[in-house]
Amino acid sequence: MVDRYLEDGILDSRLGAGDYDENFGDAHPPLDAHEAMVAADRCYFCYDAPCVTACPTAIDIPKFIRQISTGNLDGSARTIFDQNILGGMCARVCPTETLCEQACVREAAEGKPVQIGLLQRHATDHAMSHGRQFYSRAAESGKSVAVIGAGPAGLACAHRLAMKGHSVVIYDARDKAGGLNEYGIATYKTVDDFAQHEVDYVTAIGGIEIVTGQGLGDDLTIDDLTTKHDAVFVGIGLSGVNALGVDGEKDEAVASAVDFISELRQAEDMAAIPVGRRVMVIGGGMTAIDVATQAHLLGAQEVTIAYRRGRDQMNASEVEQNQSASKGVNIRHWIKPVEVTKSDSGSLHVKMEYTGLSDGKLAGTGKFQTFEVDQLFTAIGQTLEAGGALAGITLDKGRIKVDDALRTSNPSVWAGGDCTAGGDDLTVTAVAQGRDAAESIHAALSA
Amino acid sequence: MADLRNDFAGIKSPNPFWLASAPPTDKEYNVVRAFKAGWGGVVWKTLGLDPHIVNVGGPRYGAIWGADRRLLGLNNIELITDRPLEVNLQEIKSVKRDWPDRAVVTSLMVPCEEPCWEQILRQVEDTGCDGVELNFGCPHGMSERGMGAAVGQVPEYIEMVTRWAKANTRMPVIVKLTPNITDVRYPARAAHGGGADAVSLINTISSIISVDLDNFAPQPTIDGKGTHGGYCGPAVKPIALNMVADIARDPVMASLPISGIGGITTWRDAAEFITLGAGNVQVCTAAMTYGFKIIDDLVEGLEQWMDNAGHADLDAIHRRAIPNVTDWQYLNLNYTAKARIDQDSCIKCGRCHIACEDTSHQAITNMVDGERRFEVIDEECVGCNLCVNVCPVENCITMEQIPAGDMDERTGKPVSDEYGNWTMHPNNPMRDAAE
Repeated sequence: MVDRYLEDGILDSRLGAGDYDENFGDAHPPLDAHEAMVAADRCYFCYDAPCVTACPTAIDIPKFIRQISTGNLDGSARTIFDQNILGGMCARVCPTETLCEQACVREAAEGKPVQIGLLQRHATDHAMSHGRQFYSRAAESGKSVAVIGAGPAGLACAHRLAMKGHSVVIYDARDKAGGLNEYGIATYKTVDDFAQHEVDYVTAIGGIEIVTGQGLGDDLTIDDLTTKHDAVFVGIGLSGVNALGVDGEKDEAVASAVDFISELRQAEDMAAIPVGRRVMVIGGGMTAIDVATQAHLLGAQEVTIAYRRGRDQMNASEVEQNQSASKGVNIRHWIKPVEVTKSDSGSLHVKMEYTGLSDGKLAGTGKFQTFEVDQLFTAIGQTLEAGGALAGITLDKGRIKVDDALRTSNPSVWAGGDCTAGGDDLTVTAVAQGRDAAESIHAALSA
Repeated sequence: MADLRNDFAGIKSPNPFWLASAPPTDKEYNVVRAFKAGWGGVVWKTLGLDPHIVNVGGPRYGAIWGADRRLLGLNNIELITDRPLEVNLQEIKSVKRDWPDRAVVTSLMVPCEEPCWEQILRQVEDTGCDGVELNFGCPHGMSERGMGAAVGQVPEYIEMVTRWAKANTRMPVIVKLTPNITDVRYPARAAHGGGADAVSLINTISSIISVDLDNFAPQPTIDGKGTHGGYCGPAVKPIALNMVADIARDPVMASLPISGIGGITTWRDAAEFITLGAGNVQVCTAAMTYGFKIIDDLVEGLEQWMDNAGHADLDAIHRRAIPNVTDWQYLNLNYTAKARIDQDSCIKCGRCHIACEDTSHQAITNMVDGERRFEVIDEECVGCNLCVNVCPVENCITMEQIPAGDMDERTGKPVSDEYGNWTMHPNNPMRDAAE
């Protein structure tokens, strides 16, 4: 076992069988009833609470926490779902430390915010595990809406449209619904197949049909959909990945972080997933953190994140960086890859250049260092990829341009989530936009 | 170090902290633990005549809690001691012999017949204890049998039984009063009139603490039924302080020793009781919540405060607040204060704003120049202190007196330097002729 842990190359079964279960267990175990009461008691029930302002979905946080403390867990969950039907997933994946919990007045007072994320999970887990459904469909409107993409934006949009009595068909290119929640989030953040449970919970309202294996493209065009349906919502996320743009990146030992995270999420057996002994991840966002941490948890002995700018510029939150570092990931700043070559032994030599700011702009320093690694992951951003299927819809910096009501340049088409311009690429923002687009669609269809 | 030695109605103890008559003082075992921990005295849990009473076999207590499940109020349906009289008498004798420097007072409750009192007083006197406390206070159970609060609610009975007690013992007699009356001065005067050496108060307040919403029964629930109990703990302290002060201010009873009881949890609580006229204090719920170890800071905290403030002994603080307790009609209506919010310690929770905005005088902003900011609007502030009370950060909001001569922005008039109370106010049709 130890031999395999130290063996160079990209190998499976680097760890003992039991290690995988432990490593990929719940990253933030839920609060038990006592812990939840103690945590809820710390909320000051602020007026015009800063946490609510900081929440992209504007959940009434003081209200739901008060409901926990009075023993009204069902009411608490409803308060959350009123604003965010994917409140269960957001409780798990939101970077609360940069949103609600950063704004919490107890963060200002004591440096220890109320545990809003964990409390939200406590309430939503209760409601979902007890099968509480708080919403029902309005009378059938006779209108039909196509939702493209069964990720957070699409699901939130579909649920709100169903509430209004519209019939919804969700199309998704992949085999399962859930989008980023199912394929793009680190395994230990959403254990026990939660993403699929949540899809079931959201669609239980009725009036929502999910068609998998059909994405925007040859089989499915905006024109077809606008003909067939009364409105279309596009929530297709960002399925393309950016290339490094350096020589040698086509090597089979160079992989996309997004694909690796997806593979891990769908894996039946973590031990079967090969990983290098020495792993390098290029990037500075949550994807880089997620892939680096998980590579380490799979048994990679040395994992390094290389980011071309400094700690403060990383998109990954400080908490995420620290958690990753505490698991043994080494984060290198001010360094960028310039060339990848294969060594005789089969390892990769990644030539890196130190960077710095020159007149406020990122620039190479002319100083280099070469790292020998077994596996290299790229996590340098994702792109909108829909080919010609989005023809006729105006883009802005490579993403779909929408107005304040989330409507695209095609008056029958709305869009939300990561595929739109101007967002912050957070699950919770996608939910907010999906929900708001549904309201906008409903208003248009009711006019 | 401040001298905490206490002489209460002739009963001496090394400090003024006694454990009240209650479960913590029911047995030698508990009392010895208390004395080892440093308590100055105990009032032994109330004795009655044999055959001894029985308690319920189910729950005896209920509670209300604040944040973090901090116990604020406790309710009980326990009766007086449920052990044979002789067992208690032997243990009292043993404890007093072993702990001669501590106060051991015995609480008593027997039927309103003089022979009953005569008999038990003789037996108690034989233990060598320091005094007796007549339990005219318990509002539950025993009151249904014509004892406890049933006596304490009828001043004539109080005076009669007190007289019997004084006639049948040489020990100091303390009369424990019930708060379940309209004006505590009447029962207190009755005790005084009957010759009591002291009064102690308050006993517990009649209460139903909660209802089980599954079974629709008061709690604590005994086989599906509940009954009212006696309420105590930190929540009752303000009621007790007021009653203690009422007696201490009464000219007839100015020299009557008062043992202060009711929610005393910290040295500060104890000091407050003493300044309002209590000669010593009795503690129960705090000990039942945290154990006897709280005596450490009760003693040390009181000593430290007295040292820091230059108070040499308990006499130096006894009744010190009494001259400043007055009737509303004598409060100076020309005194003017405004809230001040320390922006550096403000955590921007907004509770001062919403409390003032929704329920009071619209005198605190929530937004200044587009920024979340809480400032007092002097034109509206009546100085009510609500914002201070709802602010989670101590001393973030304070009340500042507006000096005489300065403008009160609310009234548009300068603050008067004269004393002017309601009896002199032009709006008072009954006002005294000032001229």
